[in-house]
Amino acid sequence: MNLDELRNIAREEQERHRQYKHRIHVCVAAGCLSARSDQVKIGLETELHERGLEKTCQVKGVGCMGLCAAGPLVMVDDQVMYRNVQPVLDGADVTEIVESLDSKPVERLALSTELSFFKDQRKIVLENSGNIDPERIEEYIAVGGYEALLTAVTTMSPADVVAQVTKSGLRGRGGAGFPTGLKWSTVMKAGRVGDKKYVICNADEGDPGAFMDRSVLESDPHRVLEGMAIAAYAVGADHGYIYCRAEYPLAVKRLKLAIKQAENLGLLGNNIADSRFGLKIEIRLGAGAFVCGEETALIASIEGKRGMPRPRPPYPAQEGLWGCPTLINNVETYANVAPIIRNGGEWFASIGTEKSKGTKVFALAGRVENTGLIEVPMGITLRDIIFKLGGGIPDGRKFKAVQTGGPSGGCIPEEFLDMPVDYESLNKLGTIMGSGGMIIMDETSCMVDVAKYFMDFCRSESCGKCIPCRAGTAQLHELLTKITEMRATNEDLALMQTLCEVVKNTSLCGLGQSAPNPVGTTLRYFRNEYEAHIDSHECCAGVCAPKTKAAGVSE
Amino acid sequence: MSPVGAKQQVQIKTLKIDGKDIGARGDQTILEVARENGIDIPTLCNLNGLSEVGACRLCLVEIKGSPKLFPACTTRVEEGMEVTVNSERLAEYRRVILELTFAERNHVCSVCVSNTHCELQTLAQKLGMTHVRVPYMHPQMTVDASHQRFVLDHNRCVLCTRCVRVCDEIEGAHTWDLMGRGLDARVITDLNEPWGKSESCTSCGKCVMVCPTGALFEKGASVREMSKRRAFLPYLTMMREVRR
Repeated sequence: MNLDELRNIAREEQERHRQYKHRIHVCVAAGCLSARSDQVKIGLETELHERGLEKTCQVKGVGCMGLCAAGPLVMVDDQVMYRNVQPVLDGADVTEIVESLDSKPVERLALSTELSFFKDQRKIVLENSGNIDPERIEEYIAVGGYEALLTAVTTMSPADVVAQVTKSGLRGRGGAGFPTGLKWSTVMKAGRVGDKKYVICNADEGDPGAFMDRSVLESDPHRVLEGMAIAAYAVGADHGYIYCRAEYPLAVKRLKLAIKQAENLGLLGNNIADSRFGLKIEIRLGAGAFVCGEETALIASIEGKRGMPRPRPPYPAQEGLWGCPTLINNVETYANVAPIIRNGGEWFASIGTEKSKGTKVFALAGRVENTGLIEVPMGITLRDIIFKLGGGIPDGRKFKAVQTGGPSGGCIPEEFLDMPVDYESLNKLGTIMGSGGMIIMDETSCMVDVAKYFMDFCRSESCGKCIPCRAGTAQLHELLTKITEMRATNEDLALMQTLCEVVKNTSLCGLGQSAPNPVGTTLRYFRNEYEAHIDSHECCAGVCAPKTKAAGVSE
Repeated sequence: MSPVGAKQQVQIKTLKIDGKDIGARGDQTILEVARENGIDIPTLCNLNGLSEVGACRLCLVEIKGSPKLFPACTTRVEEGMEVTVNSERLAEYRRVILELTFAERNHVCSVCVSNTHCELQTLAQKLGMTHVRVPYMHPQMTVDASHQRFVLDHNRCVLCTRCVRVCDEIEGAHTWDLMGRGLDARVITDLNEPWGKSESCTSCGKCVMVCPTGALFEKGASVREMSKRRAFLPYLTMMREVRR
């Protein structure tokens, strides 16, 4: 496969699309699928078939369109979007949509694409999500897919590729925000010429309420493969692994299909674009351990060992999978690579803030009107995300806090909503960018209870290797339980702070080091709630109730 | 590994530990160098002759110029490094870690076979742990006495994984391993079968001898009677290195 052949495929595919007078896109990513969008798709197809329109109207399953709250979503001719389409085969919704194709849109189902939710997004990672059929490689090629890979392999040296990525200012999207270009150049220089190296894609998305990576894999799997292939070319690897959690069966299915299709076209495998570069990509399934998202634990898991982290250094870039230099990046990081190579590092660096470049995908969850997936430029304020794109808090309730970064992150109160979203600002607030989960809470949430929830998560997900994380998180959870049951004293609060400090500073890996973050931020911004629980045995959200002594004994 | 015939070059690094100027080989860890120079760093999971896992976090030290703490057992020395082993902050952290360990399972010294021969107990005394601030968890743990000669008492286990490592690295049997996560993590023999039924166990007793507490002991030992003999370990490692 060379560039000309690739462009031929693209042209044929575009030709195929032009035959159709109307194009109906039905979201078949996990969100809408769980609302039975597959039924909607079949319904539309039957309806068109009955009217003999199947030659002129195309019905296509596409990836995520973002507004998961309103699924199943249907898009007609890239202009009209329909929400909550009834998932019944011969339902009125389906019939009306088909009838309206040549006339005015069905008003009662229509969703304005002028909404801030759609208008204020800037899509790089999600540019194809909702537009292409994730199960056909031709569609990805038709929108310029794999051009970046072939260009890189045929016209650029590995060092050129790394230089472009460095120039772009891209930082790791898994949470910590390590400069991607620096990581790549370290792996590129590691070992001697001809040494075995690996690339790994971390798709073990485990934060509660986060579904960015799943959505990217389900909606545009080839983008991740292309990013990995470019990375492998740059660092000199010939073998790659995608470590995906087994809870994402649809993502795994589409990835497997995508790998097969890419291999059949010679875009993966040996001698890509008649060069000496080749890449074999395999999928490894995680068994539901949160800690396996930590890179050294993930590598141990791929090696078939118990998923436990080990002290770094040595970093995976020096000694990773089976002792070989290994590049390990997150799904979203790889998804940014192809556009960077296609448009150049400067283009990417022109988006975002001084130290945080590009865009970030966030999964909005919790008490927000528009739950779903958004991609916004770095530097946007939290207020814009929640109140403009997110549509604010439902049921006229009052905003209380937004949680970013999952169990490793923290809760941000109203007064900091005008802070720009970038790695440094969020760190200053005591939280982290994280992989992109954003949980919005209103006045019905008790912040002590929220902290307890996340501590419970860390406690049960700790691998048990180091003492501070294993025993410390359990003790912290115990103390938080005591507070929510109104049994705590001020000494308990002081002890909790001591434990937080010790767990944070002495734990072996990121899980333990960041486990106290939810407690730290809630204590910093909502200390009055802790004190109310302890002093006056009150919970302002009405979530916690005092536990009487008798109940405590009978337990 | 260096190519055949290439001369092994020993790099010498100079560093400071607690203000003391020290010279070290480039491939040494802070812990090794400190011990050579009579500076004591508390450890629990570490044992000379076994691989390092950096799990107990007691050997954490401060290195000038970094806000992070580093495990002395896995951190290699570097030129000009300034290491602090003893500071008030580190002493407090170490005490809290010990308290967490004592509260996690049922470490009742007065009725333990390893009383007065226990590394956990000695550490607590040495580091000035006078009481435990966190509540004891009192978990229900089991005792496996199915082996003909040895007993495994989960109540006393601190999950240092010395038994796992010695069995895998020195004896080569890999009878021991871990299962479960968090507080539920525990050592197991074979695929969580009774020790006495284990087909891979050679009954060599190395695991018993390296165990820092009374979690593994010889059958028949009563309170205070189980002292461990570890001289074999450095001897075995040395002999193997000579043969290589």
